[in-house]
Amino acid sequence: MTLAARTTANLPAGLATLIAGRRRRALLAGGALTLGCALLAIVAIGQGAIAIPPARVAEILWARFTGDAALLDGRDVLVVMNIRVPRVLLGLLVGAGLAVSGALMQGLFRNPLADPGLVGVSAGAGLAAAATIVLGDRFLTGTLMKLPFAVLPFGAFCGGLISTLALYLIATRQGRTSVATMLLAGVALGALAGAMTGLLAFISDDRQLRDLTFWSMGSLGGASWTKLSAIAPIIIPLLLAMPLLARGLNGLMLGEAEAYHLGIPVQRIKALAILLVALAVGASVAAAGLIGFVGIVMPHLIRLAIGPDHRLLLPLSALGGAILLVGADIVARLVVAPAELPIGIVTAAIGAPFFLWLLLRRSGPLDV
Amino acid sequence: MRETLIQARGLSFRAGGRDLVREASLELAPGTTTILIGPNGAGKSTLLKLMTGEAKPSDGEIRLDGEALAAIPAWRLACQRAVMAQHARLVFPFSVYEVASLGVDGVGRAMTRLRRDALVGESLAAAGVLDLAGRAYQTLSGGEQQRVQFARVLCQIEAGRSVASRQALFLDEPIASLDLCHQLALLDMARAIAARGVAVLIVLHDLNLAVTYADHLVVMDQGQIIAQGAPAKTLDDALLRQVFKVDLSLSRAPAPGLPFLLPQQHRLTPAA
Repeated sequence: MTLAARTTANLPAGLATLIAGRRRRALLAGGALTLGCALLAIVAIGQGAIAIPPARVAEILWARFTGDAALLDGRDVLVVMNIRVPRVLLGLLVGAGLAVSGALMQGLFRNPLADPGLVGVSAGAGLAAAATIVLGDRFLTGTLMKLPFAVLPFGAFCGGLISTLALYLIATRQGRTSVATMLLAGVALGALAGAMTGLLAFISDDRQLRDLTFWSMGSLGGASWTKLSAIAPIIIPLLLAMPLLARGLNGLMLGEAEAYHLGIPVQRIKALAILLVALAVGASVAAAGLIGFVGIVMPHLIRLAIGPDHRLLLPLSALGGAILLVGADIVARLVVAPAELPIGIVTAAIGAPFFLWLLLRRSGPLDV
Repeated sequence: MRETLIQARGLSFRAGGRDLVREASLELAPGTTTILIGPNGAGKSTLLKLMTGEAKPSDGEIRLDGEALAAIPAWRLACQRAVMAQHARLVFPFSVYEVASLGVDGVGRAMTRLRRDALVGESLAAAGVLDLAGRAYQTLSGGEQQRVQFARVLCQIEAGRSVASRQALFLDEPIASLDLCHQLALLDMARAIAARGVAVLIVLHDLNLAVTYADHLVVMDQGQIIAQGAPAKTLDDALLRQVFKVDLSLSRAPAPGLPFLLPQQHRLTPAA
C-alpha cells in the first residue's frame, strides 16, 4: 500500500498550488477586512453633527492609548470619547455578533437560509421588548419605572433566551437535538411571538406605538459606555469561542452521524452553539433593537470569497458584519441629516435586494 | 493478530414497534474482510450503525477490544474506526480537498500540517480523485462523490494509525454509484487495508463481488443473521433462493443462449 509506505511529506504539484492559493486568499481577505474595519471605524467616529477629520480622530485615539495629555484637549475629545466611540464600538460588536450568530445557525442547521430571525430568537426577544414598552406602564411601578432604558434591554434579553430554551426543549428527545424539528418549531414560535406583538401594538397608545415602531427598526443611537459594558461580556465570549466550534461545524456539514464518526462531540457542539447564539442575539436586540439581514448576507458574501470552511468563515464574518453595521450606521446618519434613519431600515434596504440577487444568480435549484 | 477486534453479542434494535435487527452476533477480526449481504430491508445498514456506535442497541452488547463501545468517547473511537455511509450530501460548496481533509482535521491533530496535507494528497490519489481536488463537491457525479468520501475515510484510517494500532473500517454500500472498474478498484483497496491488519466490514449488494472479496460472509434476512462463514461454505442454492427470492445457481454456467458477464479483474492502475 502506497499510503503506508510513504512517510515523507511530498505533495502533488496541483494540490500544493491549490493549498497555497487557499492560504493566500484567506490572508488577503483577512487583511483587507481588518484594515477596512479599522479605517471605517475611524471615519465613522469622525462623522456627525460636529465633523472631525479622520487624522484628528486617529490622533485622539492614539493619545488616549499612550496617555499623552497634551493632545487630549478640546471639545472634540469629549465628543469622540463619550459619544462617537461607544456608538462605533456598539456597532462593531452588534454587527460582529449578528454575523457570527447567522454563520453559526447556518452551520448548525446545514441550511444557507438559517438566521436567528428565522428560528424565532429575534421574535421572542422582540415580543418581550414590546411587552415591556406596552405593559410596563401598567404593571411596573415605583423605582423600576424610573429605569425604562434598563428594563427594556433586560426584557429583550430574557425573551431571546426563553424562546431559545423553549425551542431547544421542544426539539430535544433523549438527549438528541433534531435540527429539522427546531427549524419548524422556530417558524411556529416566531409566528406566535409575531401575533402577540401585533396584539400588543393593537392595545397600545400612540406614544407606546411610536416607541415600539422605532425600537423594532433598530438603532445604535442610545450607545453609551454603560450599555457597551452590558453587552460586551456576552458578545466577546462568542467571538472567543469561534475556534472551539469551527472544526465541529465543518464535520457537521457531512451530517450528524458522520460528524460523530469523525470524533466530534456533536451534542456538545450543538448545545454550545445554540447557547452562544441565544446570548449574542438577545444582547444585540437588547442593545440596538431588531436589525435584520446582517446574519444572512455577511456569511454568504464570505463564503463566496473564501469558501465555507468555518475556521475562516466565522472570524471573517465577524469582521464583515462589523463593517456592514458601522457602514449602515454612517448611511443612516447621512441620508436625512441632521435627523437619522433607524439602522434596521438601512440594513434591510441593502440586505434584501442583495439577498434576492444571491438567489437569482444561483445556477442550480436551492437545496433546503 | 487473529484476536477479535469488535465483538457483538445478541444485538437487537427496535424502532417503531418493529425489530430491525434481532439477536445478531458478529465478530470482526483484524486482517479480515467481512461482507454483509441480504435483500433490501434485511437490516444490514442498521447492524452496521449498531457496530459503529452510531445507534444504540435495544438489547445486546458490543465490545471493542473488550471495552464496551458505548463507553468509548467519540474522539477515541474516531482513531480506531472510520465509517463511510451510503450517501453524504453537502449543502455548502466545500471543495473535494476540504471534504477529504475532514478525515484528518480531528484525528490527525498531532500531525504537522504538511504531513496532514500530504496524507490528503495520497488518499485523493489512491481514490482516483486527485484531479478533482479543487472542484466543489456538490458539482461532482454520484460516483465521484462516493470516491471522495472513500478518500476521506482513507485519510481518517491513516491518521488514526499514528494513535491506534488496532482499527476497523466500515463501508456501507461503497460501490453503489461506481462503474465496474472503480468498483473493483475500491474493493481491492479495502482488501489491501485489511491486509495491513484492519478489520473491514462492507455491506454489498453484488453477490458475485461479495463471494469474490469476502474472507467472512454474513447473510442477513428480516433482521437476523441466518448464515455466516467462509463464502464457499456459507452459500448454497437453497439459501440464495430463500433469502433473495431469485433462482441462482452457484458456480455453475447459466443456461445456453443467456448472456453472461462475470467480472474478473479490474484494469485500473492506481493514479498515485
